[in-house]
Amino acid sequence: MSKKTLIVIGNGMVGHHFLEQLAATPAAADFEIKVFGEEKLLAYDRVHLSEYFSGSTHADLAMGTADWYAENHIDLCLGEQVTGIDRDKQTITTPMGDYGYDELVLATGSYPFVPPIKGNEHPNCLVYRTLEDLDSIRASADGVKTGVVVGGGLLGLEAANALKSLGLEAHVVEFAPRLMPVQLDTDGGALLKHKIEELGVQVHTEKATTEIVEGEDARLRMNFSDDSHLETDLIVFSAGIRPQDALARSCDLAIGERGGIVINDQCTTSDPHIHAIGECALWSEKIFGLVAPGYTMARTLASVLNGDQEAAFTGADMSTKLKLLGVDVGSIGDAHATTPGARNIRFNDEQAGHYRRMVISEDGKTLLGAILVGDNSHYDTLLQYALNGIELPEQPETLILPESQGGAPALGPDALPETASICSCHNVSKGDICGVIDAGCSDLGSVKAETKASTGCGGCAALLKNVVDSELEKRGVEVSKDICEHFPYSRQDLFNIVKVNGIRTFRTLIREHGKGHGCDICKPAVASILATCWNEHILATDHVPLQDTNDTFMANMQKNGTYSIVPRIPGGEITPDKLIVLGEVAKEYNLYTKITGGQRVDLFGATLSELPDIWEKLIAAGFETGHAYGKSLRTVKSCVGNTWCRYGVQDSVGMAITLENRYKGLRAPHKVKMAVSGCTRECAEAQSKDFGVIATENGWNLYVCGNGGMRPRHGDLFATDLSDEELIRTIDRVVMFYVRTADRLQRTSVWMENLEGGLDYLKQVVLEDSLGICDELEQHMADLVGTYQCEWKTAVEDPEKRKRFREFVNAPSKKDPVQQWTTERDQRRPLVEGEPA
Amino acid sequence: MRARISWDVVCTVDDLVPESGVAVWTEDGPVAVFYLPHRLPALFAVSHTDPFTGKNVLARGITGDLKGQPVVASPLYKQHFNLQTGQCLEDEEVTVKTYPVLLDGNNVRVEVPTVNKESAAA
Ligand SMILES: Cc1cc2nc3c(=O)[nH]c(=O)nc-3n(C[C@H](O)[C@H](O)[C@H](O)COP(=O)(O)OP(=O)(O)OC[C@H]3O[C@@H](n4cnc5c(N)ncnc54)[C@H](O)[C@@H]3O)c2cc1C
Ligand code: HEM
Ligand code: SF4
Ligand code: SF4
Ligand code: FES
Repeated sequence: MSKKTLIVIGNGMVGHHFLEQLAATPAAADFEIKVFGEEKLLAYDRVHLSEYFSGSTHADLAMGTADWYAENHIDLCLGEQVTGIDRDKQTITTPMGDYGYDELVLATGSYPFVPPIKGNEHPNCLVYRTLEDLDSIRASADGVKTGVVVGGGLLGLEAANALKSLGLEAHVVEFAPRLMPVQLDTDGGALLKHKIEELGVQVHTEKATTEIVEGEDARLRMNFSDDSHLETDLIVFSAGIRPQDALARSCDLAIGERGGIVINDQCTTSDPHIHAIGECALWSEKIFGLVAPGYTMARTLASVLNGDQEAAFTGADMSTKLKLLGVDVGSIGDAHATTPGARNIRFNDEQAGHYRRMVISEDGKTLLGAILVGDNSHYDTLLQYALNGIELPEQPETLILPESQGGAPALGPDALPETASICSCHNVSKGDICGVIDAGCSDLGSVKAETKASTGCGGCAALLKNVVDSELEKRGVEVSKDICEHFPYSRQDLFNIVKVNGIRTFRTLIREHGKGHGCDICKPAVASILATCWNEHILATDHVPLQDTNDTFMANMQKNGTYSIVPRIPGGEITPDKLIVLGEVAKEYNLYTKITGGQRVDLFGATLSELPDIWEKLIAAGFETGHAYGKSLRTVKSCVGNTWCRYGVQDSVGMAITLENRYKGLRAPHKVKMAVSGCTRECAEAQSKDFGVIATENGWNLYVCGNGGMRPRHGDLFATDLSDEELIRTIDRVVMFYVRTADRLQRTSVWMENLEGGLDYLKQVVLEDSLGICDELEQHMADLVGTYQCEWKTAVEDPEKRKRFREFVNAPSKKDPVQQWTTERDQRRPLVEGEPA
Repeated sequence: MRARISWDVVCTVDDLVPESGVAVWTEDGPVAVFYLPHRLPALFAVSHTDPFTGKNVLARGITGDLKGQPVVASPLYKQHFNLQTGQCLEDEEVTVKTYPVLLDGNNVRVEVPTVNKESAAA
């Protein structure tokens, strides 16, 4: 059978998702597939577009790879705009030529609407839709002061945040009397405006721009109909989107009155061989400006082409939950109470900045819609009530009241019907999750891998975890948190036991709360807990045997049994004199020398017995241990900051040194890394650290729980424009809360993801002191900072401790014969097995 | 020459570190001596050489017990070895050499095979 040709126009999110879905069906083999994309880049995640400004690259955002297309025999033509369709001949035209098709899919998305304001063609008038747009915005923002976003909707606020992150003073100009007029009501809009203004973005509502002219103090001036004006260097239009239906119009497909390519339930247009999906498609007179409905259309069309007669698109929920400039906003269903007879229940706490509104049916039995501003913790529960028509409790207001005022706890996963949609991005229901668990998935990770749930926008992560935990529990799978066979407790439990009972040794702990003699899992974990609680020297007799060799000998064991030495160089700042000492010591002991990724110097190849002698010399020159061996603070990386850098706005080196000296030596469940950048250009790559600090005009922005390594993760913006004192206090609290509650070997990112309530919960604990423990956390940190000692200094001064460093206790001068060396690039390195000396 | 056996004094009690190991040099090469005061017997001696890497590091591993057996975990790649039998818990095929060890007054003695030696220690 000769293959039919399938052409897809548009390589955006939905176009790509469609191909992924189709490739997974047998029908894929029936088609010769070609894709044309106007953008030069492979389909990328537009939903997370703004992350491009916080360091993500196209590769990070890309939805697939060129290899995937090649493996699936899909011919991908990027940077090639389709300019015409001939329906009679069944061909399409691009600047490169004509191509025939049997089936054609339009996935052309939409384009930003630019209101017809005089002067809007100025080169510094921009839009916010593609990576190229963002490049233009970045270029336009270079070296200037002010930026305005026209449009106070969802995207407009996101764009305003982006301008702010580029270091501009940001304004939002909205024609309507409130922000997000589609999703919010008057009170909600007012609260959002207040919160956003607190974050330093100025909001101008009820402003109609009449013209854009040359500015006096800035590049441009916007004149408003009320005779006021605003000067700005650039303008980003975000006044709504329009379906990209130009091609469909040119070949006379049916188009809606206000644009959009008309499709039926099978996603087919008025021509049976042409289909449309995503934001360009108009279904039942509705355009869907969100990605999830587009994905549903893509799945439907893939099934249709695979011969499934039943497949149908039946509409989609447009509820949204987001964080705009760090402020929670949620809108569910009929938020404006347009259903006849609908009634409202409102909760408005101006003090805390929380606004919640429920729209309920006339009979009070079902939830029709809701609006949330300032706190989205009720979103999941409300959405489930609305989507599944679950009958409301007798007193529905308990759903939005704070628990202290009689609020009901969140809807448990048990109360959800099998059909409840858990992840709308990937259309995963509770039933689907039960299905894969019955088929053998026994943890969250495998459920995610199997269903893709929670791998889209991530909004459903907490709910998914609850459902999975509860289903596993029901099936008798015990989610064991025991640290090892010696203790029936998690690390956090052990921490509490040690703290509450004042336990100071491993022996006491295992005798009273465990069994056996311990092992290499529980011993180091307990050592870390004891260090945090009592901060005694790690070579105190009782603690020596608990530690991993690196901790015991305060150096990092390398593959040949020798050690590497990393002295602390706070913030990466070092005097020439100290640098010379490092060189001299390295030379004397023939140590291989390398600059580390953490802005310090690593000296390799010291034998056990050489360690104290080397440290004696380093300490004499003023060095301290760098704790490179410990589960503790490693380095605080920094850029050079405003002392030297032309762009710097704060002293990043000074702050890095302060932080490094404050937290050095602190024992934690895993290593902790920090970095400080002197401006938004982020040369210190702070967002890849557990704690990332980025200077702003007004202070410091703090990002938390990022990491590099095997599974890199960008930190989450935690607090903005902090003073020095606020910054340190905030980090103190987060670090201490982490140290107290994390599991063994759990880095901050995983810890945070596993906190019930995630980032929002962490913010409540740390910024709002919701548990009332902040004083205690700060006090604990102050105690630790006060009792810091350089472990190496203590060790070299104590002859008893130095005894531990004898390579062979009965033969002090014996050299370990298996350590053999060769020279490479003028330095000594271990001989590889089988290599001639 | 005929191989003989000797009980060498390798160190004294003061050299030992409770719940941990020290390395000593013997006629048979490097040996790790462990002192686990809360067990009986409390002394164990195994080769100091990690069989997986050939490096002399085992005395620097963490000790403990797994399923009732006294073990040390290699500090390099964390395999566990039974201190009594030398058996590796992760890989049936691998063992470390074990040595009889005893306390003689203040002295720790390890029994090692010796070659080319005129007389055993008195
Ligand atoms: C900043 C931003 C934030 C967003 N946040 C969210 C969010 O939080 N949640 C959410 O659900 N949605 C969000 N969206 C919306 C979401 O990105 C869209 O719903 C989704 O991208 C639509 O996918 P699509 O494939 O229909 O269109 P697109 O992704 O726009 O893809 C269409 C592609 O077709 C190409 N094309 C058009 N015409 C032609 C032609 N003639 N020839 C060749 N190629 C052509 C275009 O260049 C484009 O690459 C956001 C959008 C933006 C811009
Ligand atoms: C200069 C003129 C205007 C600008 C710049 C502007 C800004 C915006 C923006 C950016 C959006 C899109 C929201 C989103 O992306 O989610 C939007 C939508 C909206 N605005 Fe305004 N607005 C203007 C005029 C008006 C007018 C005249 C009204 C009516 C009083 C109004 C009320 C609304 C409403 C109801 C929507 C939702 C429309 C839709 O369904 O997409 N706005 N506006
Ligand atoms: S991050 Fe630091 S080095 Fe980079 S531009 Fe800003 S101040 Fe300069
Ligand atoms: S990346 Fe791998 S090879 Fe390099 S230092 Fe880390 S663990 Fe070693
Ligand atoms: S709802 Fe977006 S990832 Fe699940």
